[in-house]
Amino acid sequence: MNGAVYALWHRELVRFLRDRSRLTGSLMQPVIFYLMFSGALYGSFKPYGMDYSAYFFTGTLAMITMFTAIFSTITVIEDRKEGFLQGVLISPVPRAAIALGKTLGSATLSFGLAAIFLALAPFTGIDMSWDRVLPTLGVLAMLSIAVAGLGFSLAWVMDSTAGYHGIMMLFLMPMLMMSGAFFPIEDAHWLISWVRHVNPMTYGVGALRHTVQGAAPGCPTFAICLLGTAVFAVATFALGTFVVTRRSARDAI
Amino acid sequence: MSNPQSSSASAVTAADVGFAYGERQALSGVSFEVASGGSFGFLGPNGSGKSTLFKLLSTIVPMQTGTITILGHDLAREASAIRRRIGVVFQSAAIDRKLTVFENLRYAGMLLNLGGKELAARIDESMQAANLSDRKADAAGELSGGLRRRVEIAKCLMAKPDLVLLDEASTGLDPAARRDMWQVLRAQEGLTILFTTHLMEEAAEADRLMLLDEGQVVAHGRPGELMEEVGGQVLEIETPDAVALVNELRTALQVDAVQVDQTVRIEGEKVQELVPEVMTRFGDRIRRLHLAHPSLEDVFLHRTGKRFIVTPPEPDVKKGRKKRRRS
Repeated sequence: MNGAVYALWHRELVRFLRDRSRLTGSLMQPVIFYLMFSGALYGSFKPYGMDYSAYFFTGTLAMITMFTAIFSTITVIEDRKEGFLQGVLISPVPRAAIALGKTLGSATLSFGLAAIFLALAPFTGIDMSWDRVLPTLGVLAMLSIAVAGLGFSLAWVMDSTAGYHGIMMLFLMPMLMMSGAFFPIEDAHWLISWVRHVNPMTYGVGALRHTVQGAAPGCPTFAICLLGTAVFAVATFALGTFVVTRRSARDAI
Repeated sequence: MSNPQSSSASAVTAADVGFAYGERQALSGVSFEVASGGSFGFLGPNGSGKSTLFKLLSTIVPMQTGTITILGHDLAREASAIRRRIGVVFQSAAIDRKLTVFENLRYAGMLLNLGGKELAARIDESMQAANLSDRKADAAGELSGGLRRRVEIAKCLMAKPDLVLLDEASTGLDPAARRDMWQVLRAQEGLTILFTTHLMEEAAEADRLMLLDEGQVVAHGRPGELMEEVGGQVLEIETPDAVALVNELRTALQVDAVQVDQTVRIEGEKVQELVPEVMTRFGDRIRRLHLAHPSLEDVFLHRTGKRFIVTPPEPDVKKGRKKRRRS
């Protein structure tokens, strides 16, 4: 089982690093997003009196984590189509190991890319001392596992990458939007405000705000954010293991 | 290589196996036995159920009805024990084209929980067996179809299997690459090779053969025996009006002629003796006359009354069609 998990995890990393355009896109997209939004809204938008560049820095970390996990779990669909997955399914590997290997692979990429962006903090004027960096990395690790588990579970039950993109726009993008990553939603319409509470991303973003900014106005307390993120990670991870263990005629292509 | 307990017993035993995709029955009442060692072919036209049977045997789809025992393990209950001892080559390549030959084999070994020296040794053995040692660092996606198939074979040899399952493995391969593939497989001592095919010439080389049609077994035995069973020779006559000729042959010559599509067929011990008579009487109406020993096509026709028509599988079309079936 360990060998299998390691193999699947390692393969995710190798494939990512070997795919130049994917690598470049994944590294540049968040930087460009960050520069565009924080530059454009710099003068006009100061949530909780904070510079938008500081506010959006934390949001970008959440965005990287989510986007990377989504795009890397799409490979589940590709693996299924290309036949690679079929080969794994008939190997003696326990199915839970497939969920574990793939999810950890995606989570590692999410975490790695977010950590690289975090290293750019000094250039944005955010004071990141080690006592903030380490807890931030801890939260990023949890959040990476959570979104990778979610992405894996969705990708496992989808038949096409186009369908997955549909789900992404319908479900995952709003999750990110309604988490407070881009703008505060504390005083939003009651409906949005309600969505905020049930949206697990809210807690991930909140936890990151606590660790990166030292204070998180408009977010639940650090303890609640941590707990919410932990529950999110455990739940999606369990979901991934559940979907993968159901055998069906669909496993054959 | 093979386990002493299984070398004498049969490699696969299937009893009354049935499988349905929703309403559509793909297999029903399929029973057969595969002896250890040698090759065993499933031959059938499209939709005959051979691919479904393959999916069951490769443990990729769950059993529905009946029982299958592979290498002494019950398929429904002990799939993971079976997976440890079989190698599978699917119609659609299971190798990762973005990785090198070596990496593909390495990951395959790791999925088998191999590591360290054992893993390295197994990779070397598999590459050698499949004549791939000089292709170690090549990206799998850049290899020719024949070489890629050899990587698949090498990958399935990583498990040191007692039984190898091949699904239309020679589809898309030129004759030389196909020979190559079989050579690699036959060189593995004690290995039982179970394969599906729609190619008559490939099927004819199997040690034993099972013919499938519409989800049922129509014939089972050594290819030579099956062909002999049709008996003597087969005379096929192409004529503009097959129905009329069948009737006339039956009344004038008292032979058991049958119409199949636009041709008239006569099977029997001394069919060749009929040729002069047929030519004298009906020569003006005959477009073509063909006398031959029975082929596997004739065996199929003899058993089912239908021609063996195959449209070669097109992977993309097939995927689209199969995708929506759920058990």
